[in-house]
Amino acid sequence: MIDLLQIFLSDSFWAASLRIATPLIFGVLGALMCERSGVLNLGIEGIFVVGAMMGWLVAYLTGSLWLGVIAAALSGGLFGLFHAILTVPLGLSQHVSGLGITMFATALMSFAYRTIFPQVATPPRIEPFRALDIPVLSDLPFLGPVLFQQTALTWLALAMVALVWWLMDRTALGVAIKAVGDNPDAVNAQGLSVMRLRMGAVVAGSALMALGGAFLTMSAFDAFFFGMVNGRGWICIALVIFASWQPGKALLGALLFGMFDALQVRLQTMAGAVVPGQVFLMVPYVLSIIALIIAARKADYPRALLKPWFKGQR
Amino acid sequence: MALPVAPVPHALPGSGAALIASDTRHEMTTSKPVLSLRGMTKRFGSVVAADHIDLELARGEVLALLGENGAGKTTLMNMLFGQYTADAGSVHVWHEDGAEIILPPGQPQAAIEARIGMVHQHFTLAENLSVIDNILLGTERLLHLNRNRRAARAKLEALMIHSGLEAPLDRKVRDLSVGERQRVEILKALYRDVRILVLDEPTAVLTPQEADTLFASVRSMVENGLSVIFISHKLREVLAFSDRIAVLRHGKKTGEMRTAEADTASIIRMMIGEEHDMPERTPGMPGDTVVRLDSVSVHPERETRGLRDVTLDLRRGEIVGIAGVSGNGQSALAQILSGLLAPDSGRIEVGGESLAALNPRTALAHGIGRIPEDRHHDGIIAALSVAENLVIERLDDADVQRGGFLRRASMAANAEALSEAYDVRGPGIHARSALLSGGNIQKLILARVLETHPSVILANQPTRGLDFRAAAEVSRRLIAARDRGAGIILISEDLDEVLSLADRVLVMHAGELVETDSRERASIGQLMAGHAA
Amino acid sequence: MIEIVPREQPSRRLTAGVPLLAAIGSLLLAAIPLAFAGAPIIEAYGQMFTGVFGSLFSFTEMLTRATPLIFTGLAAAVAFRAKLWNIGGEGQLYLGAMAAVWVGSGMIEGPPILMVPLVLLAGAIAGGLGMLGPAVLKTRFGADEVVTSLLLNFIILIFVQMMLEGPLKDPMSLGWPQSEPIIDEAVLPQLIAKMRVHAGFLLAIGTAVVAHVIMAMTVWGLRIRAVGENAAAARHAGMPVKRIFLAVAFASGALAGIAGVSEVAGLKGYLTTDLSPGFGYTGIVVAMLAGLSPLGVVAAALFIASVFVGTDSMSRTMGVSSFLADLTVSMSLICVLLGGFFARFQIRRVRTEGAA
Repeated sequence: MIDLLQIFLSDSFWAASLRIATPLIFGVLGALMCERSGVLNLGIEGIFVVGAMMGWLVAYLTGSLWLGVIAAALSGGLFGLFHAILTVPLGLSQHVSGLGITMFATALMSFAYRTIFPQVATPPRIEPFRALDIPVLSDLPFLGPVLFQQTALTWLALAMVALVWWLMDRTALGVAIKAVGDNPDAVNAQGLSVMRLRMGAVVAGSALMALGGAFLTMSAFDAFFFGMVNGRGWICIALVIFASWQPGKALLGALLFGMFDALQVRLQTMAGAVVPGQVFLMVPYVLSIIALIIAARKADYPRALLKPWFKGQR
Repeated sequence: MALPVAPVPHALPGSGAALIASDTRHEMTTSKPVLSLRGMTKRFGSVVAADHIDLELARGEVLALLGENGAGKTTLMNMLFGQYTADAGSVHVWHEDGAEIILPPGQPQAAIEARIGMVHQHFTLAENLSVIDNILLGTERLLHLNRNRRAARAKLEALMIHSGLEAPLDRKVRDLSVGERQRVEILKALYRDVRILVLDEPTAVLTPQEADTLFASVRSMVENGLSVIFISHKLREVLAFSDRIAVLRHGKKTGEMRTAEADTASIIRMMIGEEHDMPERTPGMPGDTVVRLDSVSVHPERETRGLRDVTLDLRRGEIVGIAGVSGNGQSALAQILSGLLAPDSGRIEVGGESLAALNPRTALAHGIGRIPEDRHHDGIIAALSVAENLVIERLDDADVQRGGFLRRASMAANAEALSEAYDVRGPGIHARSALLSGGNIQKLILARVLETHPSVILANQPTRGLDFRAAAEVSRRLIAARDRGAGIILISEDLDEVLSLADRVLVMHAGELVETDSRERASIGQLMAGHAA
Repeated sequence: MIEIVPREQPSRRLTAGVPLLAAIGSLLLAAIPLAFAGAPIIEAYGQMFTGVFGSLFSFTEMLTRATPLIFTGLAAAVAFRAKLWNIGGEGQLYLGAMAAVWVGSGMIEGPPILMVPLVLLAGAIAGGLGMLGPAVLKTRFGADEVVTSLLLNFIILIFVQMMLEGPLKDPMSLGWPQSEPIIDEAVLPQLIAKMRVHAGFLLAIGTAVVAHVIMAMTVWGLRIRAVGENAAAARHAGMPVKRIFLAVAFASGALAGIAGVSEVAGLKGYLTTDLSPGFGYTGIVVAMLAGLSPLGVVAAALFIASVFVGTDSMSRTMGVSSFLADLTVSMSLICVLLGGFFARFQIRRVRTEGAA
């Protein structure tokens, strides 16, 4: 018990929670945008890989981290556009298209990486984002180390929560996106384009997802590995239901998740001798399933989710 | 505000739209037209839903577009409004200054800019948004801050006062009643200062009294220069409310006349193409009770409106008609009898057994045949063939399977025989039933239900959406089944249908069921609105 | 402007041709990454072809590779027919494999006539339970089975790792995490001397035929199709929708589980965590390419196995990354999706000018 208390009182635990939560914040926000407009994006897992690879690659080639971030967002948006074309104007199965995008994106990134960097002993590395050190604030007790050990991408993630909240709750565009995910006929009858709204939301949401991937290679690590995304995208799909498609709750869900994951790592070092390490490795996935079970009952799915809409059809 | 609206006179006293006196009507306006549809044509696959239809609308006129379901009314309006792209034809609109413009096809935005508004039969509201969000949707710049809405709110409030259409602006649409939703739909159009308003079957979901209020509001707006196209298949309303009538049938315009000069018989002929051939209602000969619902209740949160202490006796050889506006508990009642919903309390006595609940299997085993309200959703499995759909309720029968293997030949013979007997027309018994028309799907379901000679038949909106001939055929079959000794529960929102078929009439309102001896529309209408007769 | 209009009746010719066109299309598209990698394209295709059809050995290698894909393809096809999104084939495969080594590595000994069915049964049950879980979560709590079955893949793989370092660890493996070998009696026999192709392949073909018969000719198949196409109407017609759904889930998981058994008992002989290079996920592509038809699954699995084996061979000789195979397979999924669209819809030009 004392040990557990120590964990909760240590600033490094909270800093780690926020760090672990960062890619999930991007991912959940991205999934939220897509699903609010009525499109499930199971391409998320692959788009994470795209963000991770493209962000890292551009940073590696140009030496500019921010160019990498931009490249990640753009290429994520591009794969999002692909999914959007298949599912919105063509109205194809969102499930199958999303899985197809994930397979395609993962294979393409792996192929590209292997082709650009044929078997090398040590993977090429970049100089990743560093903690934003703000004089005075960083020296605040507790809060200082928690908040100011974070890199610019974590701050960007928090800013995105605010931006997505503002967009969805405070602007006419957000209202229109929510409307198109509930009843596309309502949007069409008011002279707005269902297609543009949905495609826009999917592209923007996918760009956000890719930033989650970019965080992995440009902040959490400094290189690209195969399999590094490791189900984080799928976890976001579970979390967005847990967050009932609201940006604030998405942040909360991602943070809770980050906390449990950080806790798990610490417990592992404490209880490692008794319990096999793998038990702890399972925790994130088990947690996601539990979160889904808790949320599923009262989940208020966007009514038009998964339903293709064609203009002028009866 | 561009649309001059005056305070509405009080809703007309009394009930029955017929009370709107004809002197409040404009005499046929000879003023300039505001709208002209020329040669409008739309095909869906091989079906021509609209075939070179011409239509003119004058300023301050109510034009009724009359026709049976599937006559092309909604298709025509959807082309006008840009929801469908016309295959041929053009839409001309005249501005107040007399300038003529031609609307580009397939663009709702163009119709909106020409200040044409449409109130759809199926509401086009986003239920997860507030009323004001729905009304302002598409009127604001997309990055407009939605906190800054003082002007919009003021305009809307003025509009609500002037039009007499009240709606709670900040409530979510999902929490509104059907009547409120319809008012939101109309406000949505009015907010955009429409000059031409299309009302598509606006009274389908209203009580007769609510319908009168609606007509009064619209009429007062028409006095001030609004032009209205009013779509309906209810002759009575059309005669009471319109200035001019255009009739459509099978996608063609079959007639046009001033309402004042209209002659009912000729309109009906234009609508259905031949003499009115309604099956004659012969009195039933009720026998023993086959189903009894005893104080059955369902909580309103479980199913629309729920049921409150409903008791109902159905006897052999009678048709019990249940009238009422949809959404007053009919679906809970139907689901209980279909075995899809278990009541919270009360008993169901069927075939001498007293049960707490049915399920679809036990319902079938007790000889309850079900004709579901939504035939596409519950009645057929579109991807399966006609032959397969005809046996899905009795897959364990010996002529359907042997040792788990389907007996295709015997299924085909069964399908051939039933298609012949019930006149199910389509591309063949092995074709996917998705390819059948609505009327033929209903005949398929009827064949499936009636071939087992059920002792009880639940017919929920059995003729909705069918053309006259198909509807008459369904009615005839139901009467024949009754005469063979079946007890039939007929749930219908079409009061005329209930009156023409039922041996006894019950009215459903707010989850309660009341029997009435009256056969008069007005007094039944009172019951439908929840007033004691 | 263009308008998308559904065809009155899906074009039969296109529907039948789509898988073939998708397969050819994805192969042609592979030329782009090949060019990107700087490989001589024609030669590369030639190498891929001889890599499969060049020798009896390479051909049987392809059949060996196709074997698990037929099972996982059937798993996906059966589930998707009932609109059950089983994306957990990979995990179920490992569950099946684990059950096979648990039962088949000396726990029980018996003659092959009993051992082989026993091992298969154990694997089928383990895999079946692996999908029953998400299906129950779906029917009990409404938890989306796509997400739960996907996440289970990760959990199961970690679990396998744990077992291989613990109870299932082979003491003779010198610290390498692998299970004890399957005893000889439980091994699926080779079909051709010196070739790796094993009886699992015949079993896969037989399973596909049985699945075809069930889906097309029996009342159970009709029920599965009914539930998948319109669950509300199936329920209204008195079918036990939930039970059918759960039964399909079990069957689907069992098929994926047998894929795992077949790999351990027919090919590898013991379990490691790299038993499957994503056969579970590839099974989804196989099923889609097959149009969810059980017999089509066999053809699709042969095609995809050819892509893998051919690309591997080409990759070895020409130094192109073997991820090209995954790329081609994923493109074939997208192609078949697009092809299905053109079979069901037609795109018409509509006039844009407003003239009469």
